[in-house]
Amino acid sequence: MSRHLVRESATAPEEAAPRALLLAQRLRGRIGADKVLTDPAQLRTYECDGLATFRVRPAVVVLAGHRDDVVETVRMCAADGVPFVARGSGTGLSGGAMPVADGVLIVLSRLRRIVSVDPDNARVEAEPGVINLWVTREAAPYGQAYAPDPSSQQVCSIGGNVAENAGGAHCLKYGFTVNHVTGAEVVLPDGGVVHLGGTAPEHPGLDLLGAFVGSEGTLGIATRVTVRTIQAPEAVRTMLVGFRTVADAAGTVSDIIAAGILPAAVEMMDALAIEAAEAAVSCGYPEGAVAVLVIELDGPLAEVDEQFRQVETIADARGAFETRIAEDDAERALMWRGRKSAFAAVGRISPAYYVQDGVIPRTRLPEVLTEIGRLADAADVRVANVFHAGDGNLHPLILFDDTVPGAAEVAEELGFAILDLCVDLGGSITGEHGVGVEKKSRMARQFTSADLDTMQLVRCAFDPAGLANPGKLFPTPRLCGERPGVRTGADTHDPALGEVF
Amino acid sequence: MAPVTGGARDAVAGVAAAEVVAPSTAGEVAEVLRSTRGSVVPVGAGTKTGWAAPPSSCDLLLRTSGLDRIVEHVPGDLIAVAEAGVPLNALQRRLAEHGQMLALDPPEEGATLGGIVGANASGPRRLRYGTVRDLLIGVRVVLADGTDARAGGKVVKNVAGYDLGKLYTGAHGALGVVVSTVWRLHPLPKATGAVVVPVADGAQAGRLAALVARSTLTPTAVELRFHDGARELVLLFESIEASVRAQSAEAVRLLGGGERASAPPAWFGRRPEGPLVLRLAYAPAALPHILAALPGGACGTASACTGVAYAAVPEETDLAALRAAIAPYDGSAVLVASREPRDAADHWGPTADSFGLMTRVKDQFDPARRLSPGRLLGGL
Repeated sequence: MSRHLVRESATAPEEAAPRALLLAQRLRGRIGADKVLTDPAQLRTYECDGLATFRVRPAVVVLAGHRDDVVETVRMCAADGVPFVARGSGTGLSGGAMPVADGVLIVLSRLRRIVSVDPDNARVEAEPGVINLWVTREAAPYGQAYAPDPSSQQVCSIGGNVAENAGGAHCLKYGFTVNHVTGAEVVLPDGGVVHLGGTAPEHPGLDLLGAFVGSEGTLGIATRVTVRTIQAPEAVRTMLVGFRTVADAAGTVSDIIAAGILPAAVEMMDALAIEAAEAAVSCGYPEGAVAVLVIELDGPLAEVDEQFRQVETIADARGAFETRIAEDDAERALMWRGRKSAFAAVGRISPAYYVQDGVIPRTRLPEVLTEIGRLADAADVRVANVFHAGDGNLHPLILFDDTVPGAAEVAEELGFAILDLCVDLGGSITGEHGVGVEKKSRMARQFTSADLDTMQLVRCAFDPAGLANPGKLFPTPRLCGERPGVRTGADTHDPALGEVF
Repeated sequence: MAPVTGGARDAVAGVAAAEVVAPSTAGEVAEVLRSTRGSVVPVGAGTKTGWAAPPSSCDLLLRTSGLDRIVEHVPGDLIAVAEAGVPLNALQRRLAEHGQMLALDPPEEGATLGGIVGANASGPRRLRYGTVRDLLIGVRVVLADGTDARAGGKVVKNVAGYDLGKLYTGAHGALGVVVSTVWRLHPLPKATGAVVVPVADGAQAGRLAALVARSTLTPTAVELRFHDGARELVLLFESIEASVRAQSAEAVRLLGGGERASAPPAWFGRRPEGPLVLRLAYAPAALPHILAALPGGACGTASACTGVAYAAVPEETDLAALRAAIAPYDGSAVLVASREPRDAADHWGPTADSFGLMTRVKDQFDPARRLSPGRLLGGL
């Protein structure tokens, strides 16, 4: 992750947040002194999430050890009007868990109990700190799995997945977190506890759970999550295909879709991303490839066999010069290792880099790549491209030298230019990383003010005082309530600037 | 587009509309809402008006059937944009020309996309493809004050902003009038086959459904029909020919019998009919308990591996007792048809701890409570 472009809070927390420090004292009495951190040295660990370019030191960190710790903390925050931010594993890439300078950071990673595993109903109930991959591990003895598989699945938490509506390579076929969460216990920003959804597939009334998933921590904190597991497929087959041009690779993806085949995953990497992956994990991708596709099909054996052959034929017709088929799980893992390590791998070929996350209609892939190349050349910056090609989700990795003054800003500008391109082509500024603090200014490019005001209605219903993760997701502050000019608290200041009285 | 005085058929769940309008653009919908006061009940083709409680009043019935344009179909992106008044079957015909479909199969003849979203209607294939919440990727809504607002977009993968499509789904127009929809599509399957198995009782139905659910078979639907003691389980396979053949054979082996057929029986996908019809939702494995809790004479269908069933029950059924009996399985029972109008408490059942929050959402979107008033859970 890049190390420059750091926006630090200007004020030291001990001076800036007397309210929060008073709250910390009372919290120690209620939930235990060892769970409440205010020592600046200890707080430093929590200054940022996976988006290390944005750093704010929180006034207080609460290491919740029990659901009731979360309830108590939020209740006290609500009573005192102190903002709070929830944090899972801290792997988010849009700054969704960036703290608030005068607020409390509630760390959920110790809430890591699997509450129940219920294979007959295909449900697993887990606390928010449970790691994504653990759910699959728990379900595996019953032949089941948890479908959403973000690249960070070995470390990212279910609570964070719910907040960000996490995706992953296999959501092309299986959908995102929101399609797999059936219930949640939520601590609302006023400290009240509600149960949304449950074990059953639907419940009378509004689908508040659907609105909560992906709300980036702005509507409350999930303290229990019930997810749906899927039956592990009978067959999984994976191929790695090398192409001499990006257009051939993209055309192959289109042809697969046109043939009525829905692969479990179709991933693409360009030459620079391949070079990085080779340097990092020696994944042995086809030499001389300008683009590779990793294509995975799963399902009943008869279906996978026939469609896999069809995909091979399609790729050949598009000029694939090398097609490798994974013969066993080890070979499949190697194919995926190159892809899943791509972000980190770029660190091998560049001193620093910046990851973006945009979505385009899949059919526009070739022209988008051409345009990204043009933008990169104009800015004299190298861009490695990694995509979830099946669903048009781009992850341009923008390389820069952080020892060169201004290089980070150039990289960030290029990233935003790519997002603008996505919006102009009918896409989105984020497919899975979330808006967070990083891209909130871009929301106004994708949505009208009427659209954003309508979303704020939900915020005002859940969090009229604006205490839950303020300063995220929305580009401009908006007050809840009908009296203009009366400050009720929602997003009234940029939390990165410290406390405003 | 002058309002006309409502006629005899212009009623919603037994409540007559004072006036009726049928706007044909989103702008006209906004103008109607801006230029009127009083209660407004949006309706599509009107096939599921009994799915929500009767409105507390209906000053204006707003028909969305004039919003009938299929705006866009991009086969390569597997998406389509269509206005709320487009009938599902009209959209399906258009998509089928390109070998694609919207993977929703509620059976109500002539139902519109907007009505399907408002009622959150689904059919047997929800087992494979999910429901509206899994397929609706973008939505355009006119709010009670005439605000025209979109959420989501035209790409399947998109986490920018709150996913308001989820909130509008099943809201029966109480948060806003859905005027346009964007959908994720699927390829039309190339082959179809069914396996039909007679079932002795609820316990056996549960066992067989569990066998299927825990296997690697990928049926698009598993439907149970229960009627006068007779029961029948149908597995529907839709895929390529080789897969349908292989999976059908494996299903017969797994279930210890069954007839293979080229298509499911005629009852498949139909809703039961009667003076009182319920939609039940519950933990999927609780199917036998749910069947046991139903009163004598109940008949209907269950989407056996998903936890949803539709049952026609005797009109004198004690709904409170039935709801209490299925509550341990996270069960709920909601009316979808009733000869006599019922109040919201009877229609939806009891509220839960999230009802206060639901009320706050309603009051944010529709502070004057003019949209579909009284139709939602708890009389919202």
